[in-house]
Amino acid sequence: MTETVIHPEIENRPNVFTQAEIGWTPWLEPLTEAELTERHWAGLVDASRSKSPYFMLLARDPEILQARTKTDKDIFYNVTAGLPRADRELAATAASRTNGCIFCASVHSRFASHHSKRTEDVQRLLDEGTQADLGSRWNALVSVSSALTETPVEFGTPDIGKLREEGLSDLEIADLIHAAAFFNWANRLMLSLGEPTPAK
Amino acid sequence: MTSPTTDVIDLLVGIAAGSPLDRLRAERPETRLNAQKSYQALFEPAHQGDVTQDERLAVAVFVAGLHATADISEFYASGLADKTLATAVGAEVEKGRTHGPYGRYPAGPLSGEDRSGLVYEVSGDSRNALGSKLAAALEHSHLLVFRPRESNVGALQKLLDEGWTTTGVVTLSQIVAFLAFQIRVVTGLKALAADTAQSASA
Repeated sequence: MTETVIHPEIENRPNVFTQAEIGWTPWLEPLTEAELTERHWAGLVDASRSKSPYFMLLARDPEILQARTKTDKDIFYNVTAGLPRADRELAATAASRTNGCIFCASVHSRFASHHSKRTEDVQRLLDEGTQADLGSRWNALVSVSSALTETPVEFGTPDIGKLREEGLSDLEIADLIHAAAFFNWANRLMLSLGEPTPAK
Repeated sequence: MTSPTTDVIDLLVGIAAGSPLDRLRAERPETRLNAQKSYQALFEPAHQGDVTQDERLAVAVFVAGLHATADISEFYASGLADKTLATAVGAEVEKGRTHGPYGRYPAGPLSGEDRSGLVYEVSGDSRNALGSKLAAALEHSHLLVFRPRESNVGALQKLLDEGWTTTGVVTLSQIVAFLAFQIRVVTGLKALAADTAQSASA
């Protein structure tokens, strides 16, 4: 059986960075619930993710999906003694803005706004890009996240210095590195396995 | 499944037991454990699936090479069973080197930010050495590394046409995307370790 791609028909494809709740549709066939074995359910981690075409597509390789999901959750949700959630979501947004992932940026800019209550600053990052002036601390976090997103990676001790000047501890710096690095993983899956759909 | 393998990020950063970075990583045990499990899922898979071990490693050598991280590239090359692949991939890294991210946005307000750049294709000689399935994977990996925003449905069809299955494409995408993460964590933690050592000796 020859396998083929899906050509979604989308009117008004999203073509601008937004905090609106846009959707995502896959270019390859996700698994159906009927096809899921115990191995696949374990890969999904949360059973509710069987409703998501993105996770049902990634469930085709369940072991990496499971490890990736657990890595993701810890990097973003474990804030014990470390970088506040808002700043992690800012790093995710900055990486997504740099790579050009409209879908990832929409989700994580909403989270950044929610946790920081700085919706307008977040919108300026989306509108103007990573050069937007968001105040000293956020400028440093965005610039460092963006540098880490370049290929080859343009990141070294001067970047660490910028974060130290803003008072970040070693653990907070490590948290930021992980948040920006993780979105270099997420962006590439979201951008290459499907595309965004307009807000309903 | 447990593996006796050393933690790969620790190995690549050069983190010794009891060092400041070791203690720092110990504060995020779930991240450390699952980054390692991610590596194992892709490079020591319990189910080999539709992607051979040498295909997995050759793609990793290529992606790390494009990131100009020679030590990470060598780490993956050391596992290749077919040593001629390392040479062929190494030659392609030289042809594929550039700076990203670049590429076109969907037409509209962001078009002003479009940046053109190398659209890499495997050369004829290397195509013979690599085979058309792996050659297609390298071309796709280059797209994902440098111009992910230009990804398109046609690029996936090309992979399917060259013998990749749908599940194989998912695994390939995870390999490239995971490496983009792993390489950045290693680079970032190395910079943090260097800075910490500097401040300690200042």
